[in-house]
Amino acid sequence: MGEMILEVRHLSKTFGSNQVLRDIDFTVDKGDVISIIGASGSGKSTLLRCINLLETPTSGEILYHGQNVAGRGINPSAYRSRVGMVFQSFNLFNNMTVLENCMVGQIKVLKKNRDAARRSAMDYLEKVGMAPYINAKPRQISGGQKQRVAIARALAMDPEVLLFDEPTSALDPEMVGEVLTVMQALATEGMTMLVVTHEMAFARDVSTHVVYMNQGVICEEGTPAEVFGNPQRQETKDFLSRFRNA
Amino acid sequence: MEKLVKLGQDMILLWDNYGAAYLSGIVNTVILAVVATVIGCIIGLACGILNTIPYSPQDHAAKRTLLKVVRAIVRIYVEVFRGTPMVLQAVFIYYGLPYFTDGRVAFSGNSGIWLASIIVVSINTGAYMAESVRGGIISIDPGQTEGAMAIGMTHVQTMTNVILPQAIRNIIPQIGNNLIINIKDTSVMFIISFTEFFAWHRYIVGVNNMYFPSAAIEMIGYLTMTLIASFLLRLVEKLMDGSDSYELVQTDPLTMTAGTYNYPDRGTPFDERSKEYRERTKESLKNRNGSTRGER
Repeated sequence: MGEMILEVRHLSKTFGSNQVLRDIDFTVDKGDVISIIGASGSGKSTLLRCINLLETPTSGEILYHGQNVAGRGINPSAYRSRVGMVFQSFNLFNNMTVLENCMVGQIKVLKKNRDAARRSAMDYLEKVGMAPYINAKPRQISGGQKQRVAIARALAMDPEVLLFDEPTSALDPEMVGEVLTVMQALATEGMTMLVVTHEMAFARDVSTHVVYMNQGVICEEGTPAEVFGNPQRQETKDFLSRFRNA
Repeated sequence: MEKLVKLGQDMILLWDNYGAAYLSGIVNTVILAVVATVIGCIIGLACGILNTIPYSPQDHAAKRTLLKVVRAIVRIYVEVFRGTPMVLQAVFIYYGLPYFTDGRVAFSGNSGIWLASIIVVSINTGAYMAESVRGGIISIDPGQTEGAMAIGMTHVQTMTNVILPQAIRNIIPQIGNNLIINIKDTSVMFIISFTEFFAWHRYIVGVNNMYFPSAAIEMIGYLTMTLIASFLLRLVEKLMDGSDSYELVQTDPLTMTAGTYNYPDRGTPFDERSKEYRERTKESLKNRNGSTRGER
């Protein structure tokens, strides 16, 4: 077992009278690549957003190295800089170039100087294959390229965990590949990742652990071989059979 | 035709006699309009930002109360100054100050008139800009805020680095509107004897009764000022948008054609060579640093 980074305990989230997450428990160890799969509306994205405190959990605890970050009066900024997030809709800063997007967090949050920030931004942009585009504005590049820049921006903060919220769902099929390639390379290097995805092949082949969510609860979890090869619950079987035939 | 020639002659006559006066009026108008627009934008920016500070039920009660009070004050300010004529506000402030202080404090002399004019026009512009800025801020995609929050920026950092630069770009046309309105509407400041462009018209026609030729000069003068203002603002917008093109430093190695992506450990139906490579990838994925979950 690797070192435990995150532990989610009894997490619940309601929007009005609609209970989206019910009593979620799970842990993230160093080096894990956890895929969260499930139908739309099953609470996958909300879970991820709660972990990054973009949504405030209604109840429950999120322990980061043993310290609860979900309580009152805790400044979430420092914690968020250690937990990177990649969004479905990219959310690159439209007023900055590709390079500036990857530098601004390092300069403003990590207080690095411009040279150091530029160097590490270039390293990560190189890694995702976006080094040629450093001077482009987000509106001038394609969706797949935007997502790669968003990954570089998250990596440039040197996070301990990277959260991916359906990173390929807003992309044309031909652009999905370039983003998955980058994610797979990260997984191979040992990055700790939490991926909400509809890419079953990615979940099966790259992740170390698969979580199947259904109606706000974790319905089944295990290794990809267990969940995909021998699902125990009827809901999981039904869900997976839809992809098998596709 | 005759009439036009006559008008031209009259205008030249007027300009020969009062050219310097008209020009000094133009200078005063431009200075007042520009200074008041700048100050008004600063007031509007401050109000707009104060109005969009988010608060949630999790926040401290004191913070919530304070924000609510601030919002109420800004709201009253906007409604009062947007809802009354500027010419009245000028009278109200210019004569109100000595009235309430029994004449001890007053806008005295030329500098007093300048001060009162700048205050009135700025406050007015600020009231309109407050709403424009608020609109500019809430029109920015919430995803921008989330993106900034997700890399650990505080609310202030998010505002100054991400939201405001985009919001200000979006409200530049609105700032232009206000500048042009101010160039024209400062003409009501004659009520507190501020000698701008239109005040000179009133003075000059009072002397010689040449209403129409003087009005023609005024029309041309105002139109020239506003046209130059719109041109300059367009230029500013263009500069803020930056270049439309960018240079590639090299080609992008990861872009691929549709359908050519393959998972390294399974390969594509087309390549036979990759069996060994696939096994290797599978091994390397399994033996990654620190992860043991796969074997559990």
